[in-house]
Amino acid sequence: MVPIRLWRLPKQDFSELMGYFRAVYRADERSPRSLHLTAEAIAMNPGNYTVWHFRRLILEALNVDLHDELNFLDNIAESNTKNYQIWHHRRWVAQKLGTDAANKELEFTRKIISLDSKNYHAWSHRQWVLQALGGWEDELDYCHELLKEDVFNNSAWNQRYFVITRSPLLGGLKSMRESEVNYTVEAILAHPENESSWRYLRGLYAGDTQSWIIAPQVSSVCLKVLGSRINFVFALSTLLDLLSHGFPSTQAFRDAVDALRVPDDNQTDSNLAKTACLILERVDPIRVNYWLWQKSKLPQ
Amino acid sequence: MGELATEKHVQYILSVEKKKDDFQSVVMEHLRMNGAYWGLTALDILGKLDTVDADEVVSWVMSCQHESGGFSGNVGHDPHILYTLSAVQVLALFDKLDVLDVDKVTNYVVGLQNEDGSFSGDIWGEVDSRFSYIAILCLSLLHQLDKINVEKAVNFVVSCKNMDGGFGCTPGGESHSGQIFCCVGALALTGSLHHVDKDLLGWWLCERQVKSGGLNGRPEKLPDVCYSWWVLSSLIMIDRVHWISKEKLIKFILDCQDTENGGISDRPDDAVDVYHTYFGIAGLSLLEYPSLKPIDPAYALPVDVVNRIRLGKRHAI
Repeated sequence: MVPIRLWRLPKQDFSELMGYFRAVYRADERSPRSLHLTAEAIAMNPGNYTVWHFRRLILEALNVDLHDELNFLDNIAESNTKNYQIWHHRRWVAQKLGTDAANKELEFTRKIISLDSKNYHAWSHRQWVLQALGGWEDELDYCHELLKEDVFNNSAWNQRYFVITRSPLLGGLKSMRESEVNYTVEAILAHPENESSWRYLRGLYAGDTQSWIIAPQVSSVCLKVLGSRINFVFALSTLLDLLSHGFPSTQAFRDAVDALRVPDDNQTDSNLAKTACLILERVDPIRVNYWLWQKSKLPQ
Repeated sequence: MGELATEKHVQYILSVEKKKDDFQSVVMEHLRMNGAYWGLTALDILGKLDTVDADEVVSWVMSCQHESGGFSGNVGHDPHILYTLSAVQVLALFDKLDVLDVDKVTNYVVGLQNEDGSFSGDIWGEVDSRFSYIAILCLSLLHQLDKINVEKAVNFVVSCKNMDGGFGCTPGGESHSGQIFCCVGALALTGSLHHVDKDLLGWWLCERQVKSGGLNGRPEKLPDVCYSWWVLSSLIMIDRVHWISKEKLIKFILDCQDTENGGISDRPDDAVDVYHTYFGIAGLSLLEYPSLKPIDPAYALPVDVVNRIRLGKRHAI
C-alpha cells in the first residue's frame, strides 16, 4: 500500500527522503529497502522518471511478482492519470506478464476512461493491449457503450475506427461499411453539429471516393440535416465535398440550400457549391477564409 | 484589447529560474532542462536573453550530459531524448553548440531508432511519434540527419496518420494537435510534407478554434494557450494559417496574461506557469505580434538562431 500521507510531509522530509533515494541510486543498491524507497518517492512525485527507471532495475533484480506491481500501480494511477511515466511503467509490466494481463489491463483502462473519457494515455495503452495481448471480442460494444453516454466523444469514435479497421475478428473496413454507415447516420441525425460523427462517416469511405459520392445514405443524411435548417455546417461542408468529387446536384439539394439563405445574402448564384460557400462564410465567420478558399477552387 | 506585458513576463521568467525551493520547483526538478528551454526561448523572443548569464547556463546544461551522450532533465537524473533536445536547443540559443561532442550526442540519438523507423524515448523503449520529431530535430540542429534511416523514420510518422488528416502518437492513435505538430514538424524537417493531406488537415486544425478565439487540441475539448503553438505552427508549416482568425487568437492569448505578476496561463484567470508563458509568447510570435522576434515553426527556435545554424553548415562544407 502506498503511504499517501507522504504528500502532506513538510518539505524537509521530502528532501530527506530524496536524499536517501539518491544514495541507494548512486550505490546501485537493488534491494527490498531500495524498492520501498522508490515507492515512497513515487508517491510524493510520480513524475520523477529516474525513480521509475531505478524501480524497474530493482524489480528485475529481485524477481518480484509483477502482479503485485500492477496492484501498486492501480493505487497511484487513479490520481495521476496523465503521467507518462506511470503508463509507460504499466506497459513494461504488462508486456512481461503477457496475455495473462490482457483482461486486467482492459478493465483498468475502462476504469480510467470512466473517470476521464478522453484520457489520451489510457486510450493509447488500451490500443497497445488489444494489439499486443488481445481481447478484441467486446471492443465494438464498448465503443457503443461510450458513444451512448456521450456521442461527442472523439476518442470513442477514434477507437471505433481502430476496431473496424484493425480487429482480426472483423472483416475490415469494407465489410463493416454498411452497418457502420447506418450506425453513424443515426448518430448524425441525433446531433448534426457533431464534428466527430461526420468525420467518421467520411472515414468509412477512405480511399474509395467513388463509393462515397454514390452512397444513397450519405446524400440522404446531408439532405435531411439541411432540410432541418439548424446545425447544418457539417452537412453543408459534406455536400461541398461530394460536389467537388463529382456528385450530381439535384433539385432537392438546390431547394434545401436555397432555403438556408437569408435576405442579407444578396449575392446569389446559380452554382450550388458557390451558394453553399456563401452561406458557410456567413454562419461560420471565424473560418471565413477557409470557406473563401473552398469557393475560390470551384470551377468558374 | 490589452497589450503584451513584456517586462512583467521577463521578470516572471527570471523569478521562476531563481526559485528552487518551493514545492512546485521541487516536483518539477527532474524536468528542469525542458523548463530552461521554455523560459530561455521565451526570453529570446522577447529580446531579453542577455539578462541571463550564458556561461552559467551552458555549464549546468553540460553537467547534465551522460556517458551515453544523452542529457537528463537535471543533474543526477537519467538521460532521455526529451531533455537531450532541450539541451541542444538551449545551447543553440546561446550559439554554444561548439561545446558539444557532436558524435557522442548523435550516437545516443541514432541508438534510439527502432527497426520500424520509430524512436524510443530512452533505453526503456517507450515509442511515440513525439520522439521521432525530437530525434529528427536534434540531428538537424547538429547537421547529422544523414546518420539515421530517414526513409524509415518518415514511414513510421506517416503510419501515424489518420483518416481525418491528423496524426496520433502511434498508428491508430487519436489525432491530437500536439502529436500533429510533432509529425508535421518531422515531415517538414525531412522535406517530406507531400505526405500530409494539407487541405484536410488544415480544415481539421482550423476547426480547433472555438468561439472565444482560443484553440483546443481535439474536438470538444477546452481551449488552451499551449495549442496556440501546436496548432498554429502546424498550420504555418502547411501554409494554411490564414484559415483561422488571428485577431481572435491574439485576444485570447492576451486575456490569459497575469498583468500584475507576469506569466501566462492555459485559460483566462487560471494560474500561470513557465510552460504556458512560453507557448503564449511563441504563439504571439507566430502571429507576428509587434516587437517579438520571429520563431521558426519547425525548429521551435528563433529564426535568427536557425539561420545561424544553417549558415554554420555552409561554412562547414
